[in-house]
Amino acid sequence: MTEPAIAVRDLTRRFGGFTAVDSISFDVAPGEVFGFLGANGAGKTTAIRMLIGLLAPTSGEARVAGFDVVKQTEQIRHQIGYMSQRFSLYEDLTVLENIALYGGIYGLGAEQIAERSSAMLQSLGLADDLVGRLPLGRKQKLAFSVALLHEPAVVFLDEPTGGVDPITRRQFWELIYAAAEGGTTVFVTTHYMDEAEYCDRISIMVDGRIVTLGTPQELKSKWDVPTIDALFVKLARPA
Amino acid sequence: MTAALRAFMIKELRHILRDRQTLTILLLMPLVQVVLFGFALRSDVRDVRLVVVDSSPDYATYALRARFAAASRFRVVAVEPSMRAVEPLFRQGKADVAIAFEPDFAARLQSYGPARVLLAVDASDPNTATTMQAYARAVITAYEAELAAQRGQPLRIAPETRMRFNPTLESVNLFVPGLIALVLTLVSALMTAISLSREKERGTLEILLVSPLRPWQIIVGKVLPYLGLAFANVLTALLAAWLIFSVPFRGSLSLLLAESLLYSMVSLALGVLVASLTTSQRLAMLVALLVTMLPSALLSGMIFPLASMPAFLQWVSNIVPARWYLIIARGIMLKGVGLEYLWKETLVLGAMTLVLMTAAVRSFKPRVA
Repeated sequence: MTEPAIAVRDLTRRFGGFTAVDSISFDVAPGEVFGFLGANGAGKTTAIRMLIGLLAPTSGEARVAGFDVVKQTEQIRHQIGYMSQRFSLYEDLTVLENIALYGGIYGLGAEQIAERSSAMLQSLGLADDLVGRLPLGRKQKLAFSVALLHEPAVVFLDEPTGGVDPITRRQFWELIYAAAEGGTTVFVTTHYMDEAEYCDRISIMVDGRIVTLGTPQELKSKWDVPTIDALFVKLARPA
Repeated sequence: MTAALRAFMIKELRHILRDRQTLTILLLMPLVQVVLFGFALRSDVRDVRLVVVDSSPDYATYALRARFAAASRFRVVAVEPSMRAVEPLFRQGKADVAIAFEPDFAARLQSYGPARVLLAVDASDPNTATTMQAYARAVITAYEAELAAQRGQPLRIAPETRMRFNPTLESVNLFVPGLIALVLTLVSALMTAISLSREKERGTLEILLVSPLRPWQIIVGKVLPYLGLAFANVLTALLAAWLIFSVPFRGSLSLLLAESLLYSMVSLALGVLVASLTTSQRLAMLVALLVTMLPSALLSGMIFPLASMPAFLQWVSNIVPARWYLIIARGIMLKGVGLEYLWKETLVLGAMTLVLMTAAVRSFKPRVA
């Protein structure tokens, strides 16, 4: 078997006396769509921030695309894409200007940038407007495409579909599938349980711990619930 | 320069150029400030309230008093026998200038002098004080010339001036260097702080920190475009001061520009620090105003002379970069001196740049420990 795209062992993060992430362990295979679920404050964002090198772990270790998140952050940066829950393109720049920026940062040549941006405009059906003028759904799809611009091995999506209508969400997931088919590993957090059903595997985090992990089908039969939604309510309900 | 840095700087330039309103304000500001400050500080003084102190009136003192009474700018508010009465009038703000004749004024004048007069000027507003003093001297000189023409021989009146409340009189030309410092602070510190904290607030900074861009590249990319803007501002302020108010420029322009660059770097580093230590755009703006703009205006010697401040504030002023820049800019512009006299101040600014830039890059560590 090939090396996992993400390998996490006993990863822990404490803030003072509070343990935000409590000794979590899991593997994500290359090309997999992994749903990272949990209620607000369960520790999802803290875990992601450690995986993308924005936050140092208190203990434990994690490897992303084969590189250690503590010692090899520089290498990791070229291998990952990231889309945060806040919209993160520049609204006062046009679509092409945003693409040129991130293309330049990731070391793409002018030709590559031109090629990929025209492909992107075409597939998203966008003109080169100011990003601020685009409707939210289009912005999110654009942000996702820009996060994939440098063809990263792993892409981290932190609640990418917040506030987006169901049709756009479905289109967004089509983009995710297309990326996964292209070999990109997708690590996604979401609050929409229907989206969780689309994932290859999911984990559910409660109070900093991963309480269950498996394919949606496995988990539903294991916990004897009809939907992931029901499972989530059962597990994540605050005590 | 790496391609990543270039891409980032292009993006910064686009931000600046796209926001036309802010850009216009930033570019016009030096012009507006030079004009406003210039006219506010150089406003003509009318209705100077004069106290005459004449302990032994004679024909000469009466004649000179009559000249003052006739001068349109002066109004005699009191005639006193001794200087003792002057102090309370000054303190209450009822008089601006006192003129005191020495005893036997006419006799000394007759014996070809010099006959001495004392001019005491309320210099709590230094610029007004200079003007009032000049007016008073003009009246005296005119009388002197008139007498000399009558007698066919020069007669000397020696006026001696005392500036009350503010002995270190500041010249009107001093405001331009101060203004440049203020504009540079505003563009460099305030705008950088705002622009960086905007990235923080919108979440774009996180994306940049996850990218291969290194923290120093983010800072350099942020800072360089604003440096260009700051440069344009310096030139505008200098040009406006020269064209509108004929403020002299005695020293080397390239030295002044180089020093301005150094000062901008200090301010930019401060702006970066402020942005990384605050949590929102609004807070960053307020803190930047508090720690950069206010000290630059108030504690640098630009408006209030440092010498008249309490010892504690004088001590604090040492850590205000504008204080050092002001000494340099005034030295170059008004005294025409070069680096041989200004190397100490330049070193101070250089050291500040080094310390603050290091702190700024460090505060920017992507990973929170």
